[in-house]
Amino acid sequence: MSPILQGIVTIIIGVGGCVGYFYASNLILDKVIFPARGAHIGRNINRANKVRPWLFLFPAIFALSLYLVYPVIGSFYRSLFDRSGMGFIGLGNYFDLMREGTFRTAVFNNLLWVLFVPALATFLGLLVAQLTDRLSWGNIAKSLIFMPMAISFVGASLIWKFVYSANPDIGILNSMRDFFGMAPVDPVQIPFWNNFFLMFILVWIQTGFAMVILSAALRGIPEETIEAAIIDGANPFQVFFSIKVPQIMGTIVVVWTTITILVLKVFDIVYTMTGGNFGTHILPSYMMTYMFRDDGRATAVAFVIMILVLPVMVWNIRQARKEMR
Amino acid sequence: MDNIAGQNQGGRLAVNITVVILVLLWLLPTIGLFVSSFRDRDQISNSGWWQAPFAVDLNFRARVAADGMREEGGVFILEGNVFDDPALVQNFPDGEGVVAAYGTRAVAPDEFTAGEVSELRGGGTITVERDGRYRVESPEEISRGPTLYFEARTPPKFTLANYRTVLFADGMDRAFINTLTVTIPATIIPILIAAFAAYALAWMDFPGRGLLIAAVVGLLVVPLQLALVPLLKLHTDVGIGQSFFGIWLAHTGFGLPLAVYLLRNYMVGLPRDIIESAKVDGATDFQIFVRIILPLSFPALASFAIFQFLWTWNDLLVAKVFLPSGAESQVMTVKIADDLLGSRGGDWGILATAAFVSIAVPLLVFFTMQRYLVRGLLAGSVK
Repeated sequence: MSPILQGIVTIIIGVGGCVGYFYASNLILDKVIFPARGAHIGRNINRANKVRPWLFLFPAIFALSLYLVYPVIGSFYRSLFDRSGMGFIGLGNYFDLMREGTFRTAVFNNLLWVLFVPALATFLGLLVAQLTDRLSWGNIAKSLIFMPMAISFVGASLIWKFVYSANPDIGILNSMRDFFGMAPVDPVQIPFWNNFFLMFILVWIQTGFAMVILSAALRGIPEETIEAAIIDGANPFQVFFSIKVPQIMGTIVVVWTTITILVLKVFDIVYTMTGGNFGTHILPSYMMTYMFRDDGRATAVAFVIMILVLPVMVWNIRQARKEMR
Repeated sequence: MDNIAGQNQGGRLAVNITVVILVLLWLLPTIGLFVSSFRDRDQISNSGWWQAPFAVDLNFRARVAADGMREEGGVFILEGNVFDDPALVQNFPDGEGVVAAYGTRAVAPDEFTAGEVSELRGGGTITVERDGRYRVESPEEISRGPTLYFEARTPPKFTLANYRTVLFADGMDRAFINTLTVTIPATIIPILIAAFAAYALAWMDFPGRGLLIAAVVGLLVVPLQLALVPLLKLHTDVGIGQSFFGIWLAHTGFGLPLAVYLLRNYMVGLPRDIIESAKVDGATDFQIFVRIILPLSFPALASFAIFQFLWTWNDLLVAKVFLPSGAESQVMTVKIADDLLGSRGGDWGILATAAFVSIAVPLLVFFTMQRYLVRGLLAGSVK
């Protein structure tokens, strides 16, 4: 069966199956198990209503547990075993990783990414959101800066491969160096700083996201506070830093954490640009070097990423719970 | 906020200029890719894409045929035009061009300027004029015409050849279809599952609801990397293995937390009166959901569909792990990252075209549905 046909069949089975499941399970619940008639009509209706939420939730809970909860446990369990998956070696994989230079480089680079990318993306997003707020062509500018969000990390990497190319006839950066009489350099091969050239690609993608959210937050600031500040003689910078920024601090933190989470997942950029060479590995790309070769190590690296994500996860959950109250 | 005091003309200008610079910085790389994808291979390697509208100096090679030789006062003369070489007909279809420099060695194609007389290695002299006419003079009979190298201005040339190569010869057409095959079911299936769950979480009362919502928020940030090894093993154990079916399930699972979260946030904001009056009128939860909630939630459904579409279309990681690595099931991102970058690493025209083919559909979706995307982003961020 060709994949396209298989796809169509899957859509039909998937959608039909979902609708069928919800319809049939509700029907059975109301008509067969707890029929709303006879002697126990009141009790039956109440019972049916107690069960129904779980009918609605079951497919989602099932898929979530299988595809997201089970892997957390499964990965940790697997990381305690050696390459073959037979020999239990406790935390051996983790100790081996610690001893490896590339792993330490990857952790160090990943910390750089986590510090630099969210900071710069949020800052630029805020800057653009503020600057375009009063421009007549602000919406067009925003739309264009938002555009990289739609581009894949692989596509974006290729786009920037052109910009960074060491050949002055292809890379615009080196063409400028050439213009000023400097020898061409390959930005992705300069030790240490190459990391920042790679990070900038992600900043380029994520600034639009930060801008959209922060722009909406800026619009939501009550106008009276700003007017009062202006009447009191605040200059535009004071209005921005002392009146606006404190009021949208919550949103800034949300944007920051969202981008942080993303940074800890993205392996495509490093994979496409350098393949981890020239000291640019980060944890997700480093994990892929073990994928299909040594599952024990791969899951150990994945679990290290999970540990790094954990504080943000806890913070997110607490925020969400506070919100619901 | 147009009326902010203290904004002078200079400030406005500075703001405008800053935004223009930022927009250019954000736009130029993509434009470069776009322009490059239409350029000729030789032109790409000889001038930057920002010079695409201008003529380029390119190097060519012409063979001088020895059969037109004649003798004048003891000197053997060979005359002709370099642009008449049949091998160059593609580059100079009307047999005309401007020679900037020429040479007789491949390593120095621009050794002499046009019109200059130079010595030939085997004795004798040669001149190439700007219009391409050459004249070889030799005291001895010329048995084999020398090979000329010259640098000529070539007009800018835009071609669809890269697209033809990428789409029909390089297997990108297959990868495009594969991407589409992965994306569509992986976008549609999670929506329904998530919508029912979101309704239960938003409008049904049951113990443990708060806990479940917190769990969904927590699962939003679980790194995908954790799922790869255990799920691939699970898929292999149950017989799905690396296949399209497997990747649909994987994308469905990974997309669910965002879907549930986004849809719940939206549904919770729907007016309570409508739902309660429907209940009073005797509608069941199932009817309320299908007849009222689903149609009213259309904007949120669209938002999530766009997110999931962009995410699955652009994904590299899941496709690398859950699909077999052969050419018949490669998606575009894998094709570019694993295949083209290796085999066509230096062929910038092909790379640019492949990248553009892969980002064209997301860009189209992005620009037509930006409204929903923005709305979804705003609903999806915990405020």
